[in-house]
Amino acid sequence: MSNEKRITAPFSRETAADLKAGDRVLISGTIIAARDAAHKRLVETLDKGEGLPVNLEGQVVYYVGPSPAKPDQVIGAAGPTTSGRMDSYTPRLIEHGLRGMIGKGYRSDEVVKAMKSHGVPYLAAVGGAGALIARSVRSYTVLAYGELGPEAVAAMEVEDFPAIVVIDAEGNNYYEQGQAPYRAL
Amino acid sequence: MKTIEASSITQAVAEMAIKACCNLPADMMAGFKEARKNEPSPVGRDILSQLIRNAEIAESESMPICQDTGMAVVFVELGQDVHIVDGNLEDAIHKGVRKGYVDGYLRKSMVAEPLFERTNTQNNSPAIIHVRIVPGDAVRIRLAPKGAGSENKSVLKMLVPADGIDGVRKVVLDCVQAAGPNSCPPMVIGVGIGGTMEMAALCAKRAAARDLNSVNPDPRYATFEKELLEMVNKTGVGPQGLGGLCTALKVNVEWYPTHIASLPVAVNINCHAARHAEAVL
Repeated sequence: MSNEKRITAPFSRETAADLKAGDRVLISGTIIAARDAAHKRLVETLDKGEGLPVNLEGQVVYYVGPSPAKPDQVIGAAGPTTSGRMDSYTPRLIEHGLRGMIGKGYRSDEVVKAMKSHGVPYLAAVGGAGALIARSVRSYTVLAYGELGPEAVAAMEVEDFPAIVVIDAEGNNYYEQGQAPYRAL
Repeated sequence: MKTIEASSITQAVAEMAIKACCNLPADMMAGFKEARKNEPSPVGRDILSQLIRNAEIAESESMPICQDTGMAVVFVELGQDVHIVDGNLEDAIHKGVRKGYVDGYLRKSMVAEPLFERTNTQNNSPAIIHVRIVPGDAVRIRLAPKGAGSENKSVLKMLVPADGIDGVRKVVLDCVQAAGPNSCPPMVIGVGIGGTMEMAALCAKRAAARDLNSVNPDPRYATFEKELLEMVNKTGVGPQGLGGLCTALKVNVEWYPTHIASLPVAVNINCHAARHAEAVL
């Protein structure tokens, strides 16, 4: 890839606002791994009026359930999972400070609405490139729900993690923009 | 009559699980390279290059291509002259899945029960097993791990005969467009036509697990496979849904005789990690 923007996670408001649909980025810093079961628990915790096990302010969530690390590895294969399954939980987390999301696939209108009102971009990593992506992961530390195994909430330290902005904080959608020139139906 | 020990089935399944998850089949690698030559979208070409690189890393480091190492779907053709001793076929397969997924550091994605507790079985068993009894004294086992991103976009429609070929085309097109980036294109698409609802679904699953260079033996269906591929590659979805001409590498069709009043159609999408391994005992 060429012309990538290098950015740091967690995201500042400025970083989040600067990302535009179609931008290719290399992310360094710390991102938070969480997927289906963790999202369910986080939102149940909020529903009970309790505090979250992780402060979400400025955080970037990565929808991932890695394969197990071998003894000499930091992490196993670690590509993105389908983001849409998190849609029903996402607006609540955005209201609680979440400032970026990395996954793959389409998002619901409700999620895009919450993204626009809170200045949150959504990025895609290459689905199914689990071995390649694992090379940009420096550490993987479980923060909560360890009993969920690959579905635990974890801090992932990353260096030059490759992603592409697919929906920016203004709601511009690169899935639509990218596909339109090649549609011939 | 041939005697086969259950433990040799277990061993074969365990080895196939690891091989299928870590080594991209040669037909898929060739498909990526061919697609990269023909893809006009720069982003699309870049994605295909990353997938090729990913497969090379996975193979050299014996690491899964994709972290979703799937449900273990196992097709068995069991020769009717085979006698399995020291165990039984299904247990031997489940045991092989447990061994392969644990020893191979593959992800365990099975929950023991789907609705209430959803507790992970921690060893990726049970397998999803489809057995056909065939003539002969061999056991042919094909293991095709299936991830959920693509599986979740499957479709079954009970069309009626009047819907005809156009009806089938529409089912496939709608399915691919709804799936978009979610099922990790470039896809391999399995289409099952005919039979009952479960037979159409099984035909689609078999079709999705076929090799990339296979064609339907009936020339009418072979032509239809090509035509459906051209159609889905006009959607513009492209690699990872970021736009391009390679939305699918292949459409495979399998069919079965059906009722005078029915035209069931099932579509099962395989992601680009269209994994499969086969063994004959």
